[in-house]
Amino acid sequence: MPNTGTDHIVTSYNEELLSLAQAIAEMGGQVEVAIENGTRALLKLDRELADLTIIADQRIDDMQREIDDMAVSMIARRQPMASDLRAIITAIHVASDLERIGDMAKQLARRSLKLEGLNLQPTFYNGVKNMTALVMRQVKDALDAYGNREEAASIEVCNRDDEVDAMYTSLFRELLTYMLEDPRNITACTHLLFCAKSLERVGDHATNIAERAYYLATGKQLTSDVQELQRQQIKA
Amino acid sequence: MDVLAGKVKVTSKTLDQTMNPAELMDHPIRLTARDVTVHYGEKQALHGISIDIPDRAVTSFIGPSGCGKSTFLRCINRMNDTIEGAKVGGKIELDGEDIYSPDLDVVELRARVGMVFQKPNPFPKSIYDNVAYGPRIHGLAKSKADLDEIVVSSLRKAGLFEEVKDRLSEPGTGLSGGQQQRLCIARAIAVGPEVILMDEPCSALDPIATAIIEELIDELRENYTIVIVTHSMQQAARVSQKTAFFHLGNLIEHGDTEDIFTNPVNKQTQDYIMGRIG
Repeated sequence: MPNTGTDHIVTSYNEELLSLAQAIAEMGGQVEVAIENGTRALLKLDRELADLTIIADQRIDDMQREIDDMAVSMIARRQPMASDLRAIITAIHVASDLERIGDMAKQLARRSLKLEGLNLQPTFYNGVKNMTALVMRQVKDALDAYGNREEAASIEVCNRDDEVDAMYTSLFRELLTYMLEDPRNITACTHLLFCAKSLERVGDHATNIAERAYYLATGKQLTSDVQELQRQQIKA
Repeated sequence: MDVLAGKVKVTSKTLDQTMNPAELMDHPIRLTARDVTVHYGEKQALHGISIDIPDRAVTSFIGPSGCGKSTFLRCINRMNDTIEGAKVGGKIELDGEDIYSPDLDVVELRARVGMVFQKPNPFPKSIYDNVAYGPRIHGLAKSKADLDEIVVSSLRKAGLFEEVKDRLSEPGTGLSGGQQQRLCIARAIAVGPEVILMDEPCSALDPIATAIIEELIDELRENYTIVIVTHSMQQAARVSQKTAFFHLGNLIEHGDTEDIFTNPVNKQTQDYIMGRIG
């Protein structure tokens, strides 16, 4: 259960904060499913799954609007302070990042429809598979850090963004190689390049969520100084 | 932790109850006021107020000092009758019955429409007798056991019983400010009201005591129609489902609390809630 801290005297306030946290958790769940489905539609060229993923994005967009409305209403009516204020404000940001991740998943699904009939080798997919696994882990860990208000876990996600970027660069080079080997690979590999870019953007949004998690837990913005300090502490 | 697997359901019930007064469509109108005016001698304090108050919900009256919100509140249980030179015009109906009808028993009205004031005003009696006084006068208890039950039940409903159960014979004035106010609420509840009027019930209380009263109001609204006058619009935003904004004796705007505080229609309302000078 998402941790919203000590109970308020007014129980309805408590319940509203819990509902907001649960809404973020639910939206996060839907978005994770969307990435998984979008990628699977891409890897298996599953038209039906692709269509379902595209349609399901509407619900994700609706959830972002609902969370925004909830947050605005609570700010107007409850005059939240301290960690309650941070929870409500960061919920708006996190919902926005999740909505963008949902859009990326939809893009993956759309691309899968374009890949049909193209010259595709299974090896082309390996990089995308690995990158998907990594960014999905980033999204899950960021949301866990947010839901549990964990400082250390949020820094870990931010630090791991370097791995995502490195993987993207490596995948970029790999796909270029295939394109250079055989011009018939160009169309398919270009589409996969765009997919890789989408996944890299998902990683960035996961990092954003982790930064919000840090802010929620500590009341401070996560700066590069803090991240660097943590890296050194881990090395030592 | 599996919350991310979409297994957690969003509980919209609570959200609906606190944020979505569309559910008030199930709540019938309890009180109606039409073109209510009040004069204190030559001075007109209220200019034609018309408003519907829904059952089992909290309606708050907000507005700057002297806007007429307390004057209008006092019309609802005819407390203005006790003010010399006060003249009330227009019509107020409780469950379709004109409360200014000459046949109406005003004492009975004030039992049906209870009132809690800004400064807690327990009687100079024991805690028990404070709550028992009303039921005794109105003949609501057939026996001592009945009376005991009414006292205990009222103190429980007012969220005070656990704190005072071992000292019911001690004076009510010995309690803290917040406890005294809850005692006054228990006193109002004891005579079985349908409507509870509250005139700035928390102005004299600290934030914790205020939060306890606000939690109590949240519970009470399941069984009573509540109207609260408050000079704190933040309190109105927290506690009520409907809000009415008064200014210079006029009702400027009335609607769902969420709408009033996020998107008011009237510019005067907007200026007031934003703290801008109109």
